[in-house]
Amino acid sequence: MEKNSSCCFSNLSSNLPITCLITFITIFLHRVLNVIYRTGKPLGKRVSPQRPLSTLIVLGSGGHTAEMINLLLVLRKERFTPRFYIAAATDNMSLQKARVLENSLADSSETKGLSAEFMQIYRSREVGQSYVTSVWTTLVAMAHALWLMIKIRPQVVLCNGPGTCIPLCVIAFFIKVIGIRRSSIFYVESIARVKRLSLSGLLLYKLRIADQFFVQWPQLQRKYPRAHYVGCLM
Amino acid sequence: MGEARDGVKVKRVVFVTVGTTCFDALVKVADSQEVKDELYRRGYTDLLIQMGRGSYLPIKSTGDDGSLAVDYFTFSSSIADHLRSASLVISHAGSGSIFETLQLGKPLIVVVNEDLMDNHQSELAEELAERKHLYCARPLTLHQTIAGMDLNSLVPYSPGDATPVAKLINRFLGFPEES
Repeated sequence: MEKNSSCCFSNLSSNLPITCLITFITIFLHRVLNVIYRTGKPLGKRVSPQRPLSTLIVLGSGGHTAEMINLLLVLRKERFTPRFYIAAATDNMSLQKARVLENSLADSSETKGLSAEFMQIYRSREVGQSYVTSVWTTLVAMAHALWLMIKIRPQVVLCNGPGTCIPLCVIAFFIKVIGIRRSSIFYVESIARVKRLSLSGLLLYKLRIADQFFVQWPQLQRKYPRAHYVGCLM
Repeated sequence: MGEARDGVKVKRVVFVTVGTTCFDALVKVADSQEVKDELYRRGYTDLLIQMGRGSYLPIKSTGDDGSLAVDYFTFSSSIADHLRSASLVISHAGSGSIFETLQLGKPLIVVVNEDLMDNHQSELAEELAERKHLYCARPLTLHQTIAGMDLNSLVPYSPGDATPVAKLINRFLGFPEES
């Protein structure tokens, strides 16, 4: 008996790296489960006066940006500031539209000073790109997302579908797990998705990465009960 | 057809748009004699095609010979003006084009691009067609759709509203309800 336990003990101590690894993995898993458990649980009532929340807004080509702008128009900008806009590196129109929006917001208020920044991120995958090369470009996108997220550390993430949001949301989740910053991730599925979720939507829903998941058509709410049906934004 | 009392022709423009895509099938069929004749028969005078990244070039025509005047261009910084001056819009199934047109209250025929892989766009077009906000067609059925359409039966689209989303977001973050 003694021999066994001392054998066990010496095994453990001689396998210190393994022990550390197992401990680390256990803590990590515990953190992941903890974050998943807290995902979707509303934050408490904000103490007055409410401090604004730094907000990351992910833009995507065409319809995505138009929908996002519609949402931003009904959010009180003094609650969501500073605002960081991110679009894919190959998407020029979206940041332009965001600048127009920010300029119009700036005109209608007296507050001066930088409350918006505009950035670009490498795309995980271009339309039609081979899946083999996509592995590498996705890794590059993830690294770039990590860099940007560490810089910004947003408290709120708003996204509505383009693939650009996946690396960013995964990193935001990862940052929550490590405990650097607890961000609230809101995902609005595009109005063009009536019966099936987009790939981005599926990932963020199934992996419980989004705190709140909004859909614009009732068919999707029936299929994905944890989603909130909010009607059409456009 | 379409002449006002003082002899000046009232312009009724059909605007075809493919957005930023390449959709030769739509441009081709819009420029086909069948479709042009049907549009002329229904009282339209002009056909303006925004052909985007496509390679098929329509045949321009002044329409002096008692037929549809045809013109085309590739891109424009904003198609809003063209949409506003159109009497009928025929568009690809992009959500941006669809809602921009519906919000202007213009009659709309959406043509779904069957060459696209994973054609999720057709879901939106079919749903809105079911709710009678527009007509939905494929390139090969555009001619029949035009022939059989009754624009008075279309239901106007009420613009969407993002405030339900804003309410939920604010509530989640602990901000007080908007007054």
